[in-house]
Amino acid sequence: MSVETHAHANGNGHAHDHGDHGHGDHGHELPFWRKYIFSVDHKVIGIQYTVTALVFLMFGFCLMMLMRWQLAYPGQPMPVIAKWIGETAMPGGVMAPEFYNQLGAMHGTIMVFLGVVPLAVGGFGNFVMPLQIGAPDMAFPRINLASYWIFLPGCILMLCGFFVPGGAAQSGWTSYPPLSDLATTGQTVWLLAMVLIITSSLLGSINFIVTIVQMRAKGLTFWRLPFFVHAQLVTAFLLLLAFPPLEAASVLQLMDRLAGTSFFLPSGLVVSGEQLKVAGGGSPLLWQHLFWFLAHPEVYVLILPALGIVAEVIANNTRKPLWGYRLLVYSVIFLGFMSFVVWAHHMFMTGMGTTMSTFFQTTTMIISIPSVVIVTCMLMSLYGGNIRFTTPMLFATAFLPMFAIGGLTGLPLGLTASDIYLHDTFYVIGHFHYVVAPGTLFALFAGIYYWYPKATGRQMNPTLGKIHFWLSFIAINFVFMPMFFQGMAGLSRRLYDPTVYAHGRGVQELNVVISMGAWALGVSQIFFIINFFMSLKNGEKVLENPWNATTLEWAAPSPPGHGNFLTEPVVYREPYEYSVPGHANDYSPQFVAEGK
Amino acid sequence: MDAHSETSDVSVDGHHESPEEFKKHLRSYYVVFVALLCLTAVTVGVAELKLARPIAITVALTIATIKAGLVAAVFMHLISEKKVIIAVLALTALFFALVMALPSLTLYEHRHVIAGMGN
Amino acid sequence: MSDTVIPYMVKPHPVTGIPNGKFGIWLFLASEVMLFGALFSSYVLIRSGAPHWPPEGGLSSEILDVPKATFNTAVLITSSITMVLAWASCKLGNLGKFKLWMGITIALSFVFLIVKYFEYAHKFELGHTPAHDNFYAIYFTMIGLHGVHIIGGIIVNTYLLTWGSKLWKTDSVHFTNRVENAGLYWHFVDLVWIFLFPSLYLL
Repeated sequence: MSVETHAHANGNGHAHDHGDHGHGDHGHELPFWRKYIFSVDHKVIGIQYTVTALVFLMFGFCLMMLMRWQLAYPGQPMPVIAKWIGETAMPGGVMAPEFYNQLGAMHGTIMVFLGVVPLAVGGFGNFVMPLQIGAPDMAFPRINLASYWIFLPGCILMLCGFFVPGGAAQSGWTSYPPLSDLATTGQTVWLLAMVLIITSSLLGSINFIVTIVQMRAKGLTFWRLPFFVHAQLVTAFLLLLAFPPLEAASVLQLMDRLAGTSFFLPSGLVVSGEQLKVAGGGSPLLWQHLFWFLAHPEVYVLILPALGIVAEVIANNTRKPLWGYRLLVYSVIFLGFMSFVVWAHHMFMTGMGTTMSTFFQTTTMIISIPSVVIVTCMLMSLYGGNIRFTTPMLFATAFLPMFAIGGLTGLPLGLTASDIYLHDTFYVIGHFHYVVAPGTLFALFAGIYYWYPKATGRQMNPTLGKIHFWLSFIAINFVFMPMFFQGMAGLSRRLYDPTVYAHGRGVQELNVVISMGAWALGVSQIFFIINFFMSLKNGEKVLENPWNATTLEWAAPSPPGHGNFLTEPVVYREPYEYSVPGHANDYSPQFVAEGK
Repeated sequence: MDAHSETSDVSVDGHHESPEEFKKHLRSYYVVFVALLCLTAVTVGVAELKLARPIAITVALTIATIKAGLVAAVFMHLISEKKVIIAVLALTALFFALVMALPSLTLYEHRHVIAGMGN
Repeated sequence: MSDTVIPYMVKPHPVTGIPNGKFGIWLFLASEVMLFGALFSSYVLIRSGAPHWPPEGGLSSEILDVPKATFNTAVLITSSITMVLAWASCKLGNLGKFKLWMGITIALSFVFLIVKYFEYAHKFELGHTPAHDNFYAIYFTMIGLHGVHIIGGIIVNTYLLTWGSKLWKTDSVHFTNRVENAGLYWHFVDLVWIFLFPSLYLL
């Protein structure tokens, strides 16, 4: 994805594009449904994605809180809530194993595909990126509209899984066949919902790439882009090229389930004592390859926008330029590329030969290098800074050690020898949650606190923000740190009752600690939810640039109107010119001409 | 601005040329069309020879690649396309090769130890 | 949102040299390469793992209808050139010729689908459904997905032939670009078939 470096990006044609827009209808008010529901404005769409994603993050969290009851108190009836869930899923108030499996599969699916990525890419990408590049909107506003309105039905369909006979998908978010091929109707619903969500994502990624390459403001060369935009560009390429194999795999699994094919069903499969009457000749491993071909780049989709947000917040709150900006850009591009060649490290236990497993182990070790470089650059950015611990900065700073723990704990998983022991244990769950939960999610919170004023014209309450941060930070470590120990003790993931095994009983007390932590983490979010809504009405009003930041989005009004900028933005300098010697201010925005 | 004036200055690859010059491109389209039909006939003809599998596969895919190349280069104008598009396609070709090769390589390195494979 | 002007919708970008739409369609085609690539990879993997192919014995060319598929190959190739000629007519300022060539392209697409229907119907009559064995599974799935893409192309091309052609009056360059982009998609669909035909029918 090498984009040409250009010294001077010429005018983006605002002045001479009469031929470009066919239906000029300047300044007439749109009806409510076109302004707020079926809008083509990237800011409205970004907010739609954000709100939808936050709702699903909360829903996915609730699914997990239910699971944590069963794990902490296996076989115990759940007070109060069990009655609402009903007798099928919770007979006598005790969680049925099938329901536990549904919770597990849907928690993972919803958090990844309906929560984090829609927020990180659909929400932040859509809202912030065009502003940061000085564009009036996305390259294809109507395709942007289509993206969201294909995504939302996909989400609703996904939820419908819970209401079909047999319940929702329950074969893990990874949907491995033969189990998933033979599972109840909910799995078909999952597959159809994924097809919609993947389609939405593909449309979005095309939009992002074209917008970033073609619609930058005058003077905004590749090397003057905020790191957030670089991260979004790489992410868009990951989504564009990695999702189609999963779409293909979903079609194949739908064929297996609906048309009786055997793409993933081997010959001679016996189910419940009976030989399965299918043609056979298929390969369960084929699904794994196609799934992980996407799902590994997907985890980089989860982290890259977060790295982008953290970079922006750190630069702004240390009042100094990012350390190693070019290194960061090269690293993120290399990271994106490498993410396509590591996927089979999720499959080390499938009987792979030593040549291929060595290959994937090597690429996996190599990919840790750019991640380390990026975190190092961010840490170096803190050094010598004039740090303001605003709420976004608290989350962004905490991100660094949390992501580091997540990344480092990945190393024994990427090495085949240690993976033999740790694969499919709670160690894996601890590893990836550290990267996504106190990692990405903290970065996303930082982003919300940081860009809320731009989107709403008001600040969120800093006191509530700090309480939200500290409670979350403490609780989240109680949730995920013990999981490493459980995993090292050999406790498997996706286990309905850990106490059936002696080694599970040995670490059962930790399950109580984790569950308490999870419920505490849930309660901590109340401070965020209250703050989010309260500040819409009562937050301190702000002008364009409340954080004294340097990037282009802070030139637009808060919130920006149609077309975003009052005058055509021009970029005069690098993105993080903070504390430039000899200047009166400790920041020189990109969009202000020299000698202001 | 006259909506039609720009079409009198036709261009295939962004360089403006006169309608007469553009018509030469038309000729290349017809040539490719005939070539594609001929190559299709060759493909089917060679298949009739019932060559050994590995050779048959090589020949058929080679001819297909040539046909695809002609469609891409001439009909899709790739031969005169801008660098950014070529770069995107080169990257895609690389990942295409990966998704084609690696799953099978991974599965068939030690066939005898693979459980649950085919039959 | 009716008054937000998007730059480089028609005019090529000064550095990349292309307008937004062309860039967009090529990116979409890149994703399609990965989609069909994954399917071809699945075909290779399943076929390599089978003790013999086709599983029921014989040759692919004996089981599948090569004459019909060869005819269809010629039909699709022809529709590609007519698509190019439709675009060329736009470049040369001739809306009438555009409509003629585009109409022929769409008609040929229907011919392709009709022949395909007869192929499928015959197979189903013999009880050769996707569930019969993986040879048929792959055949129906890959050809079927390709067919879905043909239908998509028909929809786009029909739009350009009918309501879409109104744009010619106000912005013929923009319209020509749209035809070109639709053409790129259509050639890609032809390209996939160029590989599908020998891979499934002849080898």
